[in-house]
Amino acid sequence: MSINLSQFLPTFLEESNEGLETMESGLLNLQNADDESIHSIFRAAHSIKGGAGTFGFKQVTEFTHLVETLLDEMRDGRREVFKSDIEILLESVDCIRLLIEADRREVSCEDESIARVSNLLDQSLNLGAESDNKSDEQEISSTSEIEHWVIDFTPEHHLVQTGNDPIFLFNALNDLGDVKVTCFTDNVPAFSDFEPEELYLRWQIELSSPDTTEADIREVFEWVEDECQLEIHLLSVGRGSEQNANSDIEVSSEDIDSAKESIPTVSKDEAPIASAAINKPEPTAKAKQEVSSIRVGVDKVDSLINLVGELVITQSMLSELGNDFDLSKVEKLTSGLDQLLQNTKELQESVMRIRMLPISFAFNRFPRLIHDLSIKTGKEIELVIKGEQTELDKTVMEQIGDPLVHLVRNAVDHGIESKDVRIANGKNAKGKISLDAYHMGGSIVIEINDDGGGINRQAVLNKAVEKGVVEPNATLTDAQVFDLIFEPGFSTASEVTDISGRGVGMDVVKKNIQSLGGRIQVESEPGKGSCFKVNLPLTLAILDGQLVRVGTEVFIIPLISIVESLQAKTDLINSVSGNMVLYRLREDNVPVLPIYQLFNLDADNVEIDNSLLVVVESDGQKVGLMVDDLLAQQQVVIKSLKDNYQQVDGISGATILGDGSVALILDIPGMISMALKQAQIAQKKAASPTIEEVV
Amino acid sequence: MDIQALAKDIPAQGEQSLEGIDFITNGDQYLTFMLGDEQFAIDILCVEEIRSWEQPTRIPNAPNHVKGVINMRGVIVPIIDLRIKFGVGENSYSVSTVVIVLTIEVEHDSKTIGFVVDAVSDVLNAEEDEIKKSPAFGGSIPPEFIIGLVNLEDAVVTLLNAEALHKIEKHQPNEGIQL
Repeated sequence: MSINLSQFLPTFLEESNEGLETMESGLLNLQNADDESIHSIFRAAHSIKGGAGTFGFKQVTEFTHLVETLLDEMRDGRREVFKSDIEILLESVDCIRLLIEADRREVSCEDESIARVSNLLDQSLNLGAESDNKSDEQEISSTSEIEHWVIDFTPEHHLVQTGNDPIFLFNALNDLGDVKVTCFTDNVPAFSDFEPEELYLRWQIELSSPDTTEADIREVFEWVEDECQLEIHLLSVGRGSEQNANSDIEVSSEDIDSAKESIPTVSKDEAPIASAAINKPEPTAKAKQEVSSIRVGVDKVDSLINLVGELVITQSMLSELGNDFDLSKVEKLTSGLDQLLQNTKELQESVMRIRMLPISFAFNRFPRLIHDLSIKTGKEIELVIKGEQTELDKTVMEQIGDPLVHLVRNAVDHGIESKDVRIANGKNAKGKISLDAYHMGGSIVIEINDDGGGINRQAVLNKAVEKGVVEPNATLTDAQVFDLIFEPGFSTASEVTDISGRGVGMDVVKKNIQSLGGRIQVESEPGKGSCFKVNLPLTLAILDGQLVRVGTEVFIIPLISIVESLQAKTDLINSVSGNMVLYRLREDNVPVLPIYQLFNLDADNVEIDNSLLVVVESDGQKVGLMVDDLLAQQQVVIKSLKDNYQQVDGISGATILGDGSVALILDIPGMISMALKQAQIAQKKAASPTIEEVV
Repeated sequence: MDIQALAKDIPAQGEQSLEGIDFITNGDQYLTFMLGDEQFAIDILCVEEIRSWEQPTRIPNAPNHVKGVINMRGVIVPIIDLRIKFGVGENSYSVSTVVIVLTIEVEHDSKTIGFVVDAVSDVLNAEEDEIKKSPAFGGSIPPEFIIGLVNLEDAVVTLLNAEALHKIEKHQPNEGIQL
């Protein structure tokens, strides 16, 4: 029977990702080590190695083996846990990630970091091995004892059906020392009773090895413990002839030597490849994100099943009611319909929740990031994470990761001051960055706070004037000034470091967040720190919308882009620079965009005076949309127009209203660029006759 | 006796229904419909459903023949008036005006589109050799939409190409932006 292994590959990839995360977070907490965390790190590495072996991921297996060996020594207390080791192990976690990706694509990974880290691992192991070796020699010279174990291994008949093969166990024992296996066939039944898929054999294994404990042997049998009778006896120490024992010692010390030799040769082989390496790991890192499955908690599935059960009950109740209905039962019908409404709502929420994951998935990477950055920058930083159980749509989560990383890096590099400056300013030498996530209304808010120097208002202004973004004498509010840091090519860092300061990024951060339908705000207080607030919709499938009417058509404006709605006052409407209509909204002059004009519709009201304006904002540009009527606010499910039709300018999608009709969702940025295009065409038309006149 | 009589009947019934099947399997089947006075036909396997006309939600700046979108069991389906597209008949909307909803698959890309027609008439069986080439003597329908012509008694039916209809709304993308 051959099993198609490739079907399990996605599971393995996902599990090893989880394993790597376990290792990472375990390693970061290892300084204050308890036994359990080193065990869980080891287990994670062990199962990655095992899984990789199954799928023939040779590079991963080899590399992870080194890591595992190092971890094993730590686990057994044979090696102290030094900070340098943890650094190496953290780097090797990254390497394993690269290698898994490389093996998955069946290419050899030629990243210099792999060779470097495996060299480091070797060195670290050799140091340990030398000391081990010494202690071994000491042990040998002092005791020179060989322990003889007799293991009675009687597997249950169904052992092989669970995928365990005794030969693997014997091979594993062989690694521990000399093994002599005797097989007993006395349990094999008569041929007529013989089941071909059962195992009737039992074995006695004699193991002679210098320093094996019962626990070591038990570990070999760990997987089959519940499926066999296992008896392990220690025969009297040093029984066998003196000669025999001596030869065993030779073998084992040879083993150590050969192991010591083989490891450096491997790294020597790898070194030239590494130096010639051109392949950069960036593309692999990106490809990694395409995980296509969701792990759903059993509780969520259970609640779904419950709800479906209730739905079925309601349905049968209603259909029974329908079978012989008269007016006396109207009340029953209404209550039944109410129940149906309730059930449907709950069902919708539950289904949505399946796509929701706690934001800790996105936050998990930050302890490591802060750890690395604080080493790189020499700043001591404490990371506080709050609200990591706040749930967020999976798609949003995947796309918010990179912007968040950027904001955190920024906070470390620009926000937190160097140690000396902090002490001079009477602050705690240790900087603090806190990540906080919470729900607010229909959206999720992620705050990134730092207690650093804050944004230098004057520096930002100067830079903006220098870049020509702002007029030299303009008066701007704090919020407007801080918004400038999201301009492309804007960086106030006096020095460009390799962490940040190149001025690429904040604009991308803003763009990414906006493409998710979210927005970002900055608050900052000089000397106290800054706070970046990212406001995101909970899900991309549902949108909070304001229904508006233009003529006979109903449109939906995403609530998140609405600044305010107002009735236009005649004296605040100004016509400037040749028929451009502006509405004075406090200090701002907001251009008025009549929807009926843009979309060629018949509207009730074509006069701006006293019309209803919905002021929306996109990319810092405010526009007043002229509508006939404001209707309800409600959550709508977004449906694509592109599936069966095509992209429509100014429309981001469609939804189905309560009465079954379709309403279109306005795409605010799209509408603004449409209006700009129309204006340009109009300007050209206006410009060309004047040229003719001149000619 | 009685049972034997019944047993005799059964094959007879079977033959009758077989005759029916025979008529079905004879060539490909097409749904015929009217645009003005002309008869058209479309591969029946594409037909999702036939609905009565309802006012769709208009799409801003869409070409004239795109009437809008409707909600068909949670799916947003665009409605295209074939009479306007092909310049046949009058585009008036009455009780008998129907929408044929087609699901057209071209290279894994499946689209569901509704087409407004004046009336749905019948199912037509046409074998390949019955389909004649359409002569290129004018006509307002672009040739890529036409598979051929089939004679039906005294009338002529135009067979339309479903795959071409798949791209119908993309034919003149700039038509909408008329300022």
